[in-house]
Amino acid sequence: MEHVLQTASPGHNRLKPITGIKVEVAGQTTASGCGTSGGEGKASCGTSDGENDMPPEIWEKVKNHPCYSEEAHHHYARMHVAVAPACNIQCNYCNRKYDCSNESRPGVVSQKLTPDQAVKKVIAVASEIPQMTVLGIAGPGDALANPQKTFETFRMLQEQAPDIKLCLSTNGLMLPDYVDEIAKYNVDHVTITINMIDAEVGEKIYPWIFYNHKRYYGREAAQILTDRQMLGLEMLTARGILTKINSVLIPGVNDQHLYEVNRAVKSRGAFLHNIMPLISEAEHGTVYGLTGQRGPSAQELKEVQDACMGGANLMRHCRQCRADAVGLLGEDRSDEFTQDKVDQMDVIYDLEKRRAYQEQVEIERQAQNTAKQSALAKQADGDDDIKVLVAVATTGGGKVNEHFGHATEFQIYEITAASTTFVGHRRVDLYCQGGFGEDEQLPSIVSAINDCHAVLVAKIGACPRDELLAAGIEPVDAYAHEFIEKAALTWFADYRARVTSGEISHQPRGDASIRQGAFMAA
Amino acid sequence: MAYKIVASQCTGCSACDPECPNQAIFEKNGVFYIKPEKCTECIGHFDEAQCVAACPVDKTCIIDTAYPRYQAA
Ligand code: SF4
Ligand code: SF4
Ligand code: SF4
Repeated sequence: MEHVLQTASPGHNRLKPITGIKVEVAGQTTASGCGTSGGEGKASCGTSDGENDMPPEIWEKVKNHPCYSEEAHHHYARMHVAVAPACNIQCNYCNRKYDCSNESRPGVVSQKLTPDQAVKKVIAVASEIPQMTVLGIAGPGDALANPQKTFETFRMLQEQAPDIKLCLSTNGLMLPDYVDEIAKYNVDHVTITINMIDAEVGEKIYPWIFYNHKRYYGREAAQILTDRQMLGLEMLTARGILTKINSVLIPGVNDQHLYEVNRAVKSRGAFLHNIMPLISEAEHGTVYGLTGQRGPSAQELKEVQDACMGGANLMRHCRQCRADAVGLLGEDRSDEFTQDKVDQMDVIYDLEKRRAYQEQVEIERQAQNTAKQSALAKQADGDDDIKVLVAVATTGGGKVNEHFGHATEFQIYEITAASTTFVGHRRVDLYCQGGFGEDEQLPSIVSAINDCHAVLVAKIGACPRDELLAAGIEPVDAYAHEFIEKAALTWFADYRARVTSGEISHQPRGDASIRQGAFMAA
Repeated sequence: MAYKIVASQCTGCSACDPECPNQAIFEKNGVFYIKPEKCTECIGHFDEAQCVAACPVDKTCIIDTAYPRYQAA
């Protein structure tokens, strides 16, 4: 009981941003989980000396940032504005008719905006959605291949909406030239896409770059790119600007090489490393799509992510959102804020209202953490060493609150008796689409969460329930509207009890597939 | 002579525009075009036509044969 009280004390997170917090941000287990889980998680816990401490000023920067903090991404929203159409390199997984594939899924097109239009849109969205705390420029091309538009947007926003955090994404080619400008506008997060540190690997990913008024091809191009990326990363680190590294996992091209990338970026001070799957379909018209280069399976992705866990903090909740997305990660409300609609809006930017709302969110967030800690404390001891994945249907707020039939994605958690670890998202096609086509969707949902033992939902119909059971996935609606970690742990305790009593036997599950289509097509 | 942009191929990405040493590139309704009287084929500025080198879509910035080749003064 005392243990519960301690971890539940409000303000714990903010007052003591040490080991336990870092672990939350990394999307890994809690500090107590490290202590008791032995073999599992050793990569992250073994290297904890000093590194696991997060200074308060860094926690301050990341705690409400949905892209940096796994916990925050349940509660806060970010938006992107598509003011940067140009790009200065070519990636084999990108077709330049569409948005930059480094940040979005391939095949999506954003509405391009001028800096003026973008600022108006941001203010309109921020007034309507008080959880919106972060504005990013991530395309549709490369933010730093469009320096005027990018920095003009930042400059205006800093004047008009000073509480909004700014971030940008870049391929890194022009980064060293703009680090000072980035610092000047108080941009506190920069994402760099780094897929290789070796030009021999790089030439298989980048056919050319445009640099210093010249086109470079092949190995020479890749060498310049990697040199510029590393220099840019070092310069950002030297100025105390947080960096996230995105890497696209391309099986057979850089899958083994990403371990080296992980070491290289970590040693240069990268804060987060996000390993994302290659999305490759012939219909996107990309080089990889046309040559039949495949993307990784869920297990292949998890394997590389797990192996890189001890390096830079690993982020698993990235959803590869589109360049003009609005909303909590994974939820897209862009349709409510098209240019026409924004033009008609009468917007008052109410800083106080936003603050009050965010305070409310903070209370919810504490409650979620408390629920998790007390559920962990209740787990029965045992040496069964069972580890399972569960899929969760949620609309946000950190709760099991989505109907199975309405879910467009599932959040996947790895559960042991001592920990819950968020491992990623799986997109699915809507099961319910106004009453038809349902039977075709179910097999694809099953294959997306096929590695899970259970799926936690707010509600589920009789028909999908039976089919999930037949596929060996347990549908669970007993914990509707409870906090996710608590629900998952409570189900898990029950599952283990059933295994112990001999009612069921624990069987390992197979692999799952990663959905390929553009997620939030316009 | 000058370069021109094949409108049907142009993605409107604007990558070419700031690279032109003669400010010969303009935009109209999201599609970019080159004013032939301003284009010097980058002669005297760069070895490569900048619009060609910057453009992500092959064969989009091409020689416009309707004009004679540019002669450096
Ligand atoms: S950096 Fe982005 S926009 Fe540029 S080619 Fe690569 S994926 Fe496409
Ligand atoms: S060839 Fe050179 S001068 Fe002519 S439009 Fe292209 S960039 Fe401008
Ligand atoms: S770089 Fe090519 S695609 Fe982009 S605007 Fe210029 S001509 Fe169009």
